[in-house]
Amino acid sequence: MNDVRNDDHVAALAAPITPDTLAELHRRLEASAQSEGLLDVAYRIVDSPLGNLLLASTPRGLIRVAFATEDHDRVLEHLAAKVSPRVLRAPKRLDAAARELDEYFARTRRTFDLALDLSLSKGFRRLVQRHLPEIGYGQTRSYTQMAEMVGNPKAVRAVGTACATNPLPVVVPCHRVLRADGTLGGYIGGLEAKTALLEMERSA
Amino acid sequence: MNTKQPFEAVVALHGTAVLRVCRSMLGIHDADDAWSETFLAAMRAYPDLPETANVEAWLVTIARRKAIDVHRASKRNPVPVEDLPEAPTALGVPGADDTELWRAVGELPPKQRQAITFRYLVGMPYADIAAILGGTVEAARRAAADGLKTLRRTYPGTIAEGARP
Repeated sequence: MNDVRNDDHVAALAAPITPDTLAELHRRLEASAQSEGLLDVAYRIVDSPLGNLLLASTPRGLIRVAFATEDHDRVLEHLAAKVSPRVLRAPKRLDAAARELDEYFARTRRTFDLALDLSLSKGFRRLVQRHLPEIGYGQTRSYTQMAEMVGNPKAVRAVGTACATNPLPVVVPCHRVLRADGTLGGYIGGLEAKTALLEMERSA
Repeated sequence: MNTKQPFEAVVALHGTAVLRVCRSMLGIHDADDAWSETFLAAMRAYPDLPETANVEAWLVTIARRKAIDVHRASKRNPVPVEDLPEAPTALGVPGADDTELWRAVGELPPKQRQAITFRYLVGMPYADIAAILGGTVEAARRAAADGLKTLRRTYPGTIAEGARP
């Protein structure tokens, strides 16, 4: 390596490494990882009226939406363990999801048109989550009605668990499922977030 | 359950040190390519990396190999250096003016320069440095020591206390 000019090494060692330099290198890595098929989990963090939301996708579709209260670092660690450790911040692959969420919060969108990857859920939970989008914008169902909807009227508690473990809150509208007496039930993003979403949809 | 951290955390934690290694080996103009090749290769192999592996040494090993590849691929004439910002480095031996120190480091023979880069920019133990450079731990220690001796002569400033081999 002796024929590299010493001047260049001097420059290299003395030059500062700025955040811009690293950001540009990161962008290059995002692009090449995508084109080489290495981007098993891409994620980005977007701003919303409910605080920062983490969006993550696999090549099959959106796999996770997480509220800040869930601790985004922990969510990413969980994705690394459950899906693949090849987790990279790669905002571009989440452009469509980010745009549709923006439109939803701006009340110009009522249904999401995104490919979803439900592989984090299994069995009955997954079945319930697949049916949740059938509850239309601004409507609500009780856990009991939801159990009937998936053809298992006795599985009310299991429906509750399926809603509570929904990996795609907001996009898969588990916030539209309430207790039979009309009270809220739980919500992964907290009751305030659930109330805010229901209010927003009701007044749209 | 797999407890490996997300690859993004690896990039965030080691991106700067790997760029330092690439720059130290290639100069500033080709370092970016070597950095990109390094992290792409690392991302490809990451799922198979044992959980107990030393991620930093693993990355530096890849970076060194990629730097050699990039160097071989670009047998062009080096581009003349343009105006350099007079800012101190973000990483490095603590002290007033790192720029002058690294200027002196840049003039060292490759092996000494690498030993010093791995030791003082990345903070690696000599056992890891020896594994990467080849040769014994003692040889790695000596390369860094010889480099420092030269530095004390060519840069008689403040390499003093902090930078002992």
